[in-house]
Amino acid sequence: MTIKNSRRSKLIYTIAAWTISGMIFFPILWTLITSFKTEAEAISASPSLYAFDWTLENYRDVLSRSPYFNHFWNSVVISLGSSLLGLLIAVPAAWSMAFVQTKKTKHLLMWMLSTKMLPPVGVLIPIYLLFRDFALLDTKLGLVIVMTLINLPIMVWMLYTYFREIPNEILEASRMDGATIGEEIFHVLLPIALPGIASTLLLNVILSWNEAFWTLILTAANAAPLTAFIASYSSPEGLFYAKLSAASAMAIVPILILGWFSQKQLVRGLSFGAVK
Amino acid sequence: MATTNSRTLARFMLLPSVILLLAWMIVPLCMTLYFSFIDYNLLVPGDKEFVGFLNYEFFLTDPAFFESFFNTLYLVTGVLLITICGGIGLAILLDQAIWGRNYVRIMVLAPFFVMPTVSALVWKNMLMNPVNGLFAHFAIWLGFEPIDFFAQMPLFSIIIIVSWQWLPFAALILLTAIQSLDREQLEAADLDGAGPFSKFFYIVLPHLSRAVTAVILIETIFLLSIFAEILVTTSGGPGYSSTNITYLIYTQSLLQFDVGGGSAGGIVAVIIANIVAIFLMRLIGKNLEG
Repeated sequence: MTIKNSRRSKLIYTIAAWTISGMIFFPILWTLITSFKTEAEAISASPSLYAFDWTLENYRDVLSRSPYFNHFWNSVVISLGSSLLGLLIAVPAAWSMAFVQTKKTKHLLMWMLSTKMLPPVGVLIPIYLLFRDFALLDTKLGLVIVMTLINLPIMVWMLYTYFREIPNEILEASRMDGATIGEEIFHVLLPIALPGIASTLLLNVILSWNEAFWTLILTAANAAPLTAFIASYSSPEGLFYAKLSAASAMAIVPILILGWFSQKQLVRGLSFGAVK
Repeated sequence: MATTNSRTLARFMLLPSVILLLAWMIVPLCMTLYFSFIDYNLLVPGDKEFVGFLNYEFFLTDPAFFESFFNTLYLVTGVLLITICGGIGLAILLDQAIWGRNYVRIMVLAPFFVMPTVSALVWKNMLMNPVNGLFAHFAIWLGFEPIDFFAQMPLFSIIIIVSWQWLPFAALILLTAIQSLDREQLEAADLDGAGPFSKFFYIVLPHLSRAVTAVILIETIFLLSIFAEILVTTSGGPGYSSTNITYLIYTQSLLQFDVGGGSAGGIVAVIIANIVAIFLMRLIGKNLEG
């Protein structure tokens, strides 16, 4: 009796969960489907989920008529470049805070977090003017710098929480064996910490890929990543739904795949360790 | 000896991060503060005189400020309400034994990874457009008049889009928190004859309170700075009806080139964000000790 009951409740919960999650996922699914329609079918008054002539025409058009690949490449360079540069700066900082704790460590960590809470409009004008004066407007280098700086606190924080989980005894043992600090970092610490470093990198690539304040403000035609390029579809090209869908699909699918791999790290990274 | 060495080294390893963040935070912030006290418009060269608190006076007494302040308030609280309530519901649902839970999780999480400009444009054109949008087709099919979302309810439309983006985040954090709930406690409550509602209100909800606070504070930090979604959908209009403080400062600074006024607005935004940040830091700080 109870087994039958629990099977039935499992079925009900399953149906409810699939219905709701299907509704949440629907706009993405709809974008993917529309990207394979012709423009006429995309705005048809009796839209169909599958019964239409599937076509790759939109992808071809988007790729050939606009410098799409250029913007895609900008996104790759900016998100990957800033994440790698960020790691270079954040790993040593997180290492020293995790393993050489002082009374100030906690305050320093909190202070770093507080910089993340500074609203971008608070520094909008100076950054814009500095970028103008240093000829960094609409350059990939400029955006790499900004992205590195805005994500640095999250990187240090995430790496710190990963490094803290490494037992100090391992490091002490290597020191007893006469390892130098360099050897300690490269032969002992890095191999153990690699999964944590990889997830930090992954989360930061995702965050920079989707960042849509500085990318919209500091770029024009040259260095615009996909966030800014897609924004140009707001009018009047937005009326071409199938092309908008194809351009959007190519912008979000790579990061969706990366994102599904980083579910767990997302909680840790974005809650700053408040939820584990 | 080795310890002193490693301590010195540790300090050197910290230095780049500290210097960079200090420069990133202090230098531009001081410049904003300085600009906020001078009369400086990029279109009017040479004219930079000290005007005291005049920029603040203009910014804070501008009717546009009041409207965008309340829009910001509605936007933040609206999205928080939807994502927290929806997130708790989703978290409880996903915590049950269901078939294909991993696939469900993946679908629920997906909107969080969609870039803001894409989600805003997809919702605006393909779903909410009054002529060609899916909602309009659906309304006509059911025999209703289609709603012109961005003309009739611009702010609410943006709230819906932003909630869709942030619901996965709330659900994921709350699900993580629910999964750490002590199952024996629930079983004990079952034995004592507690119903689902009393279990929810006396066991689940108190357990979630910490995670809910974290979600509220983190989302607030991000929601105060909503920008792209407004830019590509309504551009703040009609009038100022969907302008938030971030967008207002953007228009003043980079569309009207009013450096002084925009800077004063920026400082006001920093003060508002600081009030939220203080609470968030307390919460995280407590966790750091425990």
